[in-house]
Amino acid sequence: MIETIDRADRPLIEARRITFGYGAEMVLEDVTLTIEPRDFLAIIGPNGGGKTTLVKILLGLLRPWSGEVVWNRPVRPGRMGYVPQFSTFDKGFPLRVSDVVLMGRMSRRNLLRPYSRQDRAAVAAVLERLGLTALADEHVREISGGQLQRVLIARAVVADPEVLFLDEPTASIDAESRGALTGLLEELNRRIPVVVITHDVTGLAPLVRRIACVNRRLVCHEGSELDAHTLEEAYGGPVELITHGAVPGVAQRILHRH
Amino acid sequence: MPGFFDALSYEFMRNAVFAGLLAAVLCGVVGPFVVVKRLAFLSDGLSHAAFGGMGVCFYLHLDPLLGAMAVALLCAVGLGLVDTETIRSYDALIGVFWAVGLAVGIVFVYKTPGYAPNLMTYLFGNILLVSRHEIGVLLVLAVSVFLILGLFWKGIVAVAFDEVFARVQGVPVRLLMTLLLTMIALTVVLLIQVVGIILVVALLTIPPLIGLMLRSDLRGVLALSTAIGVAITLGGLGLSYACDLPSGPAIILLGAFLLFAVYAGRKLRGGALRSLPALRRE
Repeated sequence: MIETIDRADRPLIEARRITFGYGAEMVLEDVTLTIEPRDFLAIIGPNGGGKTTLVKILLGLLRPWSGEVVWNRPVRPGRMGYVPQFSTFDKGFPLRVSDVVLMGRMSRRNLLRPYSRQDRAAVAAVLERLGLTALADEHVREISGGQLQRVLIARAVVADPEVLFLDEPTASIDAESRGALTGLLEELNRRIPVVVITHDVTGLAPLVRRIACVNRRLVCHEGSELDAHTLEEAYGGPVELITHGAVPGVAQRILHRH
Repeated sequence: MPGFFDALSYEFMRNAVFAGLLAAVLCGVVGPFVVVKRLAFLSDGLSHAAFGGMGVCFYLHLDPLLGAMAVALLCAVGLGLVDTETIRSYDALIGVFWAVGLAVGIVFVYKTPGYAPNLMTYLFGNILLVSRHEIGVLLVLAVSVFLILGLFWKGIVAVAFDEVFARVQGVPVRLLMTLLLTMIALTVVLLIQVVGIILVVALLTIPPLIGLMLRSDLRGVLALSTAIGVAITLGGLGLSYACDLPSGPAIILLGAFLLFAVYAGRKLRGGALRSLPALRRE
């Protein structure tokens, strides 16, 4: 199942010359990046390289020092799927798995309305899809790390998002769940762009269309051919390299080792 | 406990029961948010910051309750709107409110001609000395808190649970956070005047901790902590009457005993207190 990116379509998101830092420390410098309508973009790079920060800027959670983020098609709030890394909330908070996933159905528009039957049906469907049905009534603190990660993915996709951002979605997921996740992402990517921060490009290789390598600067990106040298510059060590050949969408895997 | 019901023929005892019930319900509903958001220090800080407003009101010959409420609102809005990227620590900011409020209060009381009231007595309200007026104020507050929570439940829970995600969903995070902090602040400041800081802190923490140990959904925690607050308030007042004990401490010690019993019960059953938010620091 290969789909080519429709070049006529304008990018959904354009980030132009983004510079950002925390305090006085610059984290991102002059980063320009587009998200295409059918993109599957993997953002890779060393820890502390600014991957998560870049995604937060794209989502509007952080305001860049300079540069701008343009959404060419307005995506309604509540339709941006976001799977953060674990630690953004307190696991001790008294909520059940289904309560957490339900929150994905909330948006500015329906803020004052109680969750509807459709909301609950959507939650049941996505829990089923991700193999979480048995855990629906469990407290979030009682479930494992991998299960929690699937819960967060369920929360992000339950509202039928128009774009999906995932921050290290495969970090603590077992092989079986990874299969379910890959299937879900592939299906979603037929309609919407997906952006994944990951250290594990191999696991998602069949899906990834473009790779952005972030280490303060955007080291490599579409157009500039990915080569081992740039990647090693980014990571400071030998890396596994995935790139596209002349045919868009056909991923070739090149393994480089010294 | 027939003696206790006889005692209800006294108005002061009826008022104490009403005030205690209202305090228990307010704390039962607001307290779980204080515990899960780790804002217990807020109640302490606010109680002292409120002196600022009360001092100004003494100087201007206004009802000190108004000053206390104004300060509560000011602090809540300040905390809700402050840029968390710039101000790193809520705790430290609350400490600033604590000191500045107290300082303002002392200055104004000092400058008030003639009789200088001892503001410190306001920290230790007595549940047996509650007036009808105060019960009216608490009733209005309780109804408002229930209306706001009912209306904004979805958003407030989302913001309390995961602010980042709520922001991505387009939820007005600052507004809802300010609303939540305002409810907490008003509850704390008004209840302190009525039942005293010690009982407020106890009711804000003990019943929610028990609720969090026994229930895993927020609604359940709120319901259970309200019920427990009501139970220990009534039980404590009864105990106080029957055994001739000071009423506030009787309520608190009963609550502490219950907390210990539930904790021990969970531990003995091998039940997990794996990650009770208030007890865990990472």
